[in-house]
Amino acid sequence: MSGGILLRGGRVVDPSQKLDGVRDVLLADGQVAAVGGEGRTLDGDADTRIVDCTGLVVTPGLIDVHVHLREPGEEHKETIASGARAAAAGGFTSVCAMPNTDPPVDDPAAVGFVAAEGMRAGAARVYPVGCISEGRKGERLALIGEMVEAGAVALTDDGSPVMDSNLMRMALEYSLAFGVPVADHPEDLTLAAGGHMNEGLVSTRLGLPGKPGAAEEAHIVRDLLLAELTGGHIHLQHVSTEFGVEMIRQAKARGVRVSAEATPHHLVLTDEAVEGYRTEAKMNPPLRSAKDMAAVRAGLADGTLDVIATDHAPHHYDEKEAAFTDAPNGIVGLETALGVVLTQVVGENVIDLPTMVERMSCRPAQAWGLLGGTLAQGSVADVTVFDPEEEWTVDPSTFRSRSRNTPFGGWKLKGRTRYTIVGGRVVFAG
Amino acid sequence: MNQTASALGKDLVGLEPLSRQQIQTVLDTAEPFKEISERRIKKVPVLRGKTIVNLFFEASTRTRVSFEFAEKRLSADTVNIAAAGSSVVKGETLVDTARNLEAMRIDMVVMRHGASGAARFLADRIPSNVINAGDGWHEHPTQGLLDMLTIRDRLGRIEGLKVCVVGDIRHSRVARSNIYGLLKLGAEVAVCGPPTLMPPGIGDLGVQVLNRVEDAIQWADVLNVLRLQLERMHAGYVPSLREYNRIWGVSTARLERAPKDLLILHPGPMNRGVEIDSDVADGPHSVILNQVTNGVAVRMAVLYLLAGGQPEKAEAAKQGGEA
Repeated sequence: MSGGILLRGGRVVDPSQKLDGVRDVLLADGQVAAVGGEGRTLDGDADTRIVDCTGLVVTPGLIDVHVHLREPGEEHKETIASGARAAAAGGFTSVCAMPNTDPPVDDPAAVGFVAAEGMRAGAARVYPVGCISEGRKGERLALIGEMVEAGAVALTDDGSPVMDSNLMRMALEYSLAFGVPVADHPEDLTLAAGGHMNEGLVSTRLGLPGKPGAAEEAHIVRDLLLAELTGGHIHLQHVSTEFGVEMIRQAKARGVRVSAEATPHHLVLTDEAVEGYRTEAKMNPPLRSAKDMAAVRAGLADGTLDVIATDHAPHHYDEKEAAFTDAPNGIVGLETALGVVLTQVVGENVIDLPTMVERMSCRPAQAWGLLGGTLAQGSVADVTVFDPEEEWTVDPSTFRSRSRNTPFGGWKLKGRTRYTIVGGRVVFAG
Repeated sequence: MNQTASALGKDLVGLEPLSRQQIQTVLDTAEPFKEISERRIKKVPVLRGKTIVNLFFEASTRTRVSFEFAEKRLSADTVNIAAAGSSVVKGETLVDTARNLEAMRIDMVVMRHGASGAARFLADRIPSNVINAGDGWHEHPTQGLLDMLTIRDRLGRIEGLKVCVVGDIRHSRVARSNIYGLLKLGAEVAVCGPPTLMPPGIGDLGVQVLNRVEDAIQWADVLNVLRLQLERMHAGYVPSLREYNRIWGVSTARLERAPKDLLILHPGPMNRGVEIDSDVADGPHSVILNQVTNGVAVRMAVLYLLAGGQPEKAEAAKQGGEA
């Protein structure tokens, strides 16, 4: 076997074991071989590589359950390989690739392709997600069982909601046989029709057609009702409104099987960021009001929103260099998420560092049944090491992603990935 | 040509970014230009040697012709590009269109576009002066300016007047430019129309929201009546044109119950018998054609100012002096 890695003297933050202190971590044979006691050093064998982690934070590898890698079909925006490298650079050891590619990932062969390309990239793990409906058309169930057998870890028609409520009910019921979550992009398309940003004073001033928060909330409520009805696991993607957060909070109190996401951008930006018709602030769901942002923060803090997920959505610069209503939705997030969350979410005391690790590693692994999310002895050696003090300025031209569409260009952030380790192998060193 | 900075900045994208003083300057500068259109030979050399492109991605007759007359009467060289028949329909992007025009070394672009923010988009990317001739639902600044000039002509002031914009506020760039401009000049502004055609948060712009046209007529000194586009009915914002006319139409019967005479504006083109009845449109308090006449003068003033012309030298410039 290849030599192990000894991460020496870092602040080990692993909420899965309630660890937060200076310890050594020894990785060997692709697993976590040992986590030392506080103040006691570990030693590896002769060919163990010792990495000095003094002043650094060592956590179970970060996991992003919501990324768009665009392959197959839109390789000019991103490929599975470039996305996996961007993920590694951002400190993510695992990402879940949304199936809204062209063609969509709606059969076992396509699932196998994504898994194989992810493996070949040799960076972050890439988990395939399969469509709920055949062709993402929202008409009939896709080959869910066979896709799960081929490696799909969840189901979603993301990019679009499932408008047909009965189809959503059937997806939640059918998925019970396979133990995978059904993820929904909650949006009532009839209510959101024609909208390009949050409906409110800013949209009125700019003369841009808006989408009301109610369009998202209506489907959140529907999905919660269906999850309760069926006993299925609903995963609500990129929750952005106050009422949506509150409904999920109440459903959790009732015991509904629901998990939910907050994105970094909905945690730190409001629709004011659209001022000047900035297409890099255009995404779906749109940036909302300050009140909504505060509610998303509160939901993240109290665990109503289980995970931070980027909704990494690469677009070619030509496509974003357009009038606002002509530009596509979405921003890249993999290479800025950790810095943005550390600086503006942890930094503003919305959550503490262990809670951040919980939301970006432990909970995603638990909620979606993925490897990692813990440094427990014997678990997979997926580890993120970051410097919580490093100050840096976001320069999109240096992204590993093929796309540059970020609203965070020029932002000064504090906290940056130093090592990303997947299966005991260093896939990124910064 | 004078190289000092223009009184308006590089572009006229909207009235929201302008100061009260800048708006006042345009209106004052329009005054001396009015007379040119009354001459037998309607041409002065103010913009001689300037090249201007009128780039219209949406159909327009009144605004395009008005700009073209303003440009020609100031001796600019002009080219008209309409979306149909241009490279735009062949899939060229707005940014490529802009760069190609720029490569031909033009001085100004007058653009109408269906997307809100399109004028700003263009202005940020080319060094030429950009004049917004209407962008989506956002702004139509020269329409707002000519509306204000027309009100000022007739009532002698803007400050303290009560102006109500009636109709489809949600989709109206004219409404927004009126609101921004009139508020800056000290008018009280209200909007009136079906609640389905009111954009959310409009009250936060500092305007009153009135649901019934009777209330608007009781309150206002001036009504600016907007065109109700047929597609709004098809999209379900209002059940029928007949009902719209019965409930929100500006009619003589309604105006007779007003405590005072109201000045009536309409940006055109009118749907007679829908938002405005013919006897109102053609009546003694209608200034709809004055608006059209003033449109040319206001656009001359904007062109002159953006070209670096000094407001106080407008009269001299007309006589053949350089701007």
